[in-house]
Amino acid sequence: MNNRSNHSISKMIEEKASNRGMTKFAEGLMPKVFLTCALISILTTVGIVLTLIFETFSFFQEVQVAEFITSSDWYPLHGDPSYGIRPLITGTLMIAAIAMLIAIPIGLASAIFLSEYASDKTRRMVKPILEVLAGIPTIVYGFFALTFVTPLLQNIIPGLSIYNALSPGIVVGIMIIPMVASLSEDAMSAVPQSMREGAFALGSTRFEVAVKVVLPAALSGIIASFVLAVSRAIGETMIVTVAGGSNPTTSMDVTSAVQTMTAYIVQVTLGDAGYGTTEYYSIYAVGMTLFIFTLVMNVIAHIISKRFREVY
Amino acid sequence: MLANTKSEPVVEETNEDKAVDMNKNVYKVDQLNLWYGKDQALINVDMDIPENQVTAIIGPSGCGKSTFIKTLNRMTEMIPIVKTNGSIYYRDENIFDKKYKVEQLRTKVGMVFQKPNPFPKSIYENVVYGPKIHGIKDKKILDDIVEKSLKGAALWDEVKDRLKENAFGLSGGQQQRLCIARCLAVEPDVILMDEPTSALDPISTLKIEELVQELKKDYSIVIVTHNMQQAGRISDKTAFFLNGEIIEYDDTSTIFSSPQDKRTEDYISGRFG
Amino acid sequence: MRAVGDETATGYTQGKGKNAANISSREIKSKLFKGLFIGATGFSLIVLLVLLIRIFTQGIGFLSWDFLTSFPSRRPADAGIYSAFIGTIWMMAVTAPVSFVLGVGTAIYLEEYAPKNRFTGLIQMNISNLAGVPSIVFGLLGLTIFVRELSLGRSVLAGGFTMALLILPIIVVASQEAIRSVPAELKEASYGMGATKWQTTYRIVLPAALPGILTGNILALSRAIGETAPLIMIGALTYVAFLPEHLLSQFTVMPIQIFNWTSRPQEEFHFVAASGIILLLVMLLVMNSIAVWIRNKFQKRL
Repeated sequence: MNNRSNHSISKMIEEKASNRGMTKFAEGLMPKVFLTCALISILTTVGIVLTLIFETFSFFQEVQVAEFITSSDWYPLHGDPSYGIRPLITGTLMIAAIAMLIAIPIGLASAIFLSEYASDKTRRMVKPILEVLAGIPTIVYGFFALTFVTPLLQNIIPGLSIYNALSPGIVVGIMIIPMVASLSEDAMSAVPQSMREGAFALGSTRFEVAVKVVLPAALSGIIASFVLAVSRAIGETMIVTVAGGSNPTTSMDVTSAVQTMTAYIVQVTLGDAGYGTTEYYSIYAVGMTLFIFTLVMNVIAHIISKRFREVY
Repeated sequence: MLANTKSEPVVEETNEDKAVDMNKNVYKVDQLNLWYGKDQALINVDMDIPENQVTAIIGPSGCGKSTFIKTLNRMTEMIPIVKTNGSIYYRDENIFDKKYKVEQLRTKVGMVFQKPNPFPKSIYENVVYGPKIHGIKDKKILDDIVEKSLKGAALWDEVKDRLKENAFGLSGGQQQRLCIARCLAVEPDVILMDEPTSALDPISTLKIEELVQELKKDYSIVIVTHNMQQAGRISDKTAFFLNGEIIEYDDTSTIFSSPQDKRTEDYISGRFG
Repeated sequence: MRAVGDETATGYTQGKGKNAANISSREIKSKLFKGLFIGATGFSLIVLLVLLIRIFTQGIGFLSWDFLTSFPSRRPADAGIYSAFIGTIWMMAVTAPVSFVLGVGTAIYLEEYAPKNRFTGLIQMNISNLAGVPSIVFGLLGLTIFVRELSLGRSVLAGGFTMALLILPIIVVASQEAIRSVPAELKEASYGMGATKWQTTYRIVLPAALPGILTGNILALSRAIGETAPLIMIGALTYVAFLPEHLLSQFTVMPIQIFNWTSRPQEEFHFVAASGIILLLVMLLVMNSIAVWIRNKFQKRL
């Protein structure tokens, strides 16, 4: 009890303190180790950007930049190859547009239901199911599009070819519903309860509160979720590769085969384009275009949602 | 100044041994100022904290008493915007000195916090945390430390059969005494207590107060309290803080019976705070 | 209200005219849209159900012990997923530790060590941007850096590294959240005992944050298990009749094997693909269940 007379522990600690090289060593080393880990993420970005720039540069030594941007023909395997990116962009945007036609109304309606109508219990039940939907691998969605949605659509639209833009577009849309729903719901849940109460007190119905009060207040967050969803749709690979076909075209016909930027990259990789050929470099030029598209979308979404946070 | 205080004991030791011991200070705070960003929280604080006594710090909330006790073991450093100047001498060494090791200071100066904060580990692991981080690994020594520290914190009898159980299973008062035991395990010199009973029920509070009386035989204790009666019951000296300044610092009996400053009197008599 | 007779109700409507009619039409509209919203939410659930039932009925017939233990074959009846299954395990054996160390290390740096300055802000922003980069672009990175520049070839190691970088942002964000949720009082208590920063991080913060970190890691790995595109890019093979022997062996993984079967014109191969999908989904289900179990078991502690 009387520790003045028996100072053993504090003495021991003092003695140990003089030869605690390991502790000191770890104390100095660990921050550097963790900083190195953090720098890897920066290196990854730098690696992506440099890779794309260098290999795209190699591509443009053999193909005119003007041709890449303005030509409307993409025939890399032709005897007289033509590298105009427009057909691939058309295919990509067409798929993205169909996907958004599905994902925006359904995702937003689900968000309104979850945020404004559903009880806590319902929400706790529905949200994990949406998470499951979001967690299904894209190859599974691709399989679903090819073997279920396409035949189903062929019953409705007789002229639909086996590879087409419509089916993968719809399925990409289904894949990103959870993203739109959950991000929009976050934005709507952030709207202060007092704003709802004010509207209810004036005799508004639940629908009017949702559409006239909550929706406008959460608008920037909701729009940011749409933009992020478009970015996801543009970068989606397996669904369009499996069910979209490999027909680069500027035609807007959703019932026939198309090719997206991502599907083209996969097609070349699976083929036997040798290392160092123009065809090989072309996947980097297309990858670069894809990267810029998604980066711009992500930055726009970031700016919009930043503004949204400042409101409250 | 440093040289001065150091030579003092030598002179006095020859004269009157006992009196020196009684008057010896563990801390000497000299013109301490502290800012949170632009707001000054402590203004020109001067204070000597005596050895083997209980020093209470009282004052209305926001007066800087919690900030002050946290500068004594440099815990205020954890808030990036805090700036300090002035000096605090602990055992004649300035703790703000660049060469001074904060880990060493905190080993000698233990702290008990407002809310009981045991680690999410077993009771045993909570107590041996300090000895272990300071390099003591011998199981037998650790076992001894656990028994001795828990006895010191008057908790041994209640928990000796469940040392391996999670500390979160204890009641609030028991958790706080476990935190005291965790402090005692490294045999500190000073124990800082930042409103240690504010989250506890009256019976647990009483137990802690009794414990403090017991502990001051071996330790110097600084206790921040929002409860004036508590300061009156357990402390030897009391400092009254207001708006970051020490208004009055004296023997507890003097502060409570005949305060010199009108503001102290107002606070003691419950006119504000 | 309904107890009041019809006549009164009619009278009321006539008397107050427009306003009452307006209220009832607004209420009808509100109810109508509520139905629509429920329907939209139900749509997703129905699609999920249809997808699962469809795949299950297509694939169950081919699912057998032979399917699990056979190599791929030209004949659908003999085709198995053994090499792809083992390949996935091999790749995970690389991805899991690499992404864990890098991800948790980054999170510890950002939460415990990083000064609040522009550089730290840059790292943080970079991580959220990486999360938005399409997976196929990570594939291009892996192809260029790991397969070619570092000469790892089309190996397990190259695939594992690529996947580790792909899921890094998910792990960092989840680990940051877990570390941030460790109460400040615990850290204070540790520092108050004279513990150093690393001692506090290692002995207090990490054990307390571990359940959250593990949950995030498992969910991220389940994302990696289902990814196809980046591995096609680094050249994981589509027809492999052997098992990887070391980290530099060529390999395939389950999603690629499924992709291969899906791309075949014979319908029987679609059934084989469905069997593979069932196995893949079961793996994901198991991993997600473990993650949820860890989350629920340890959540109450803090």
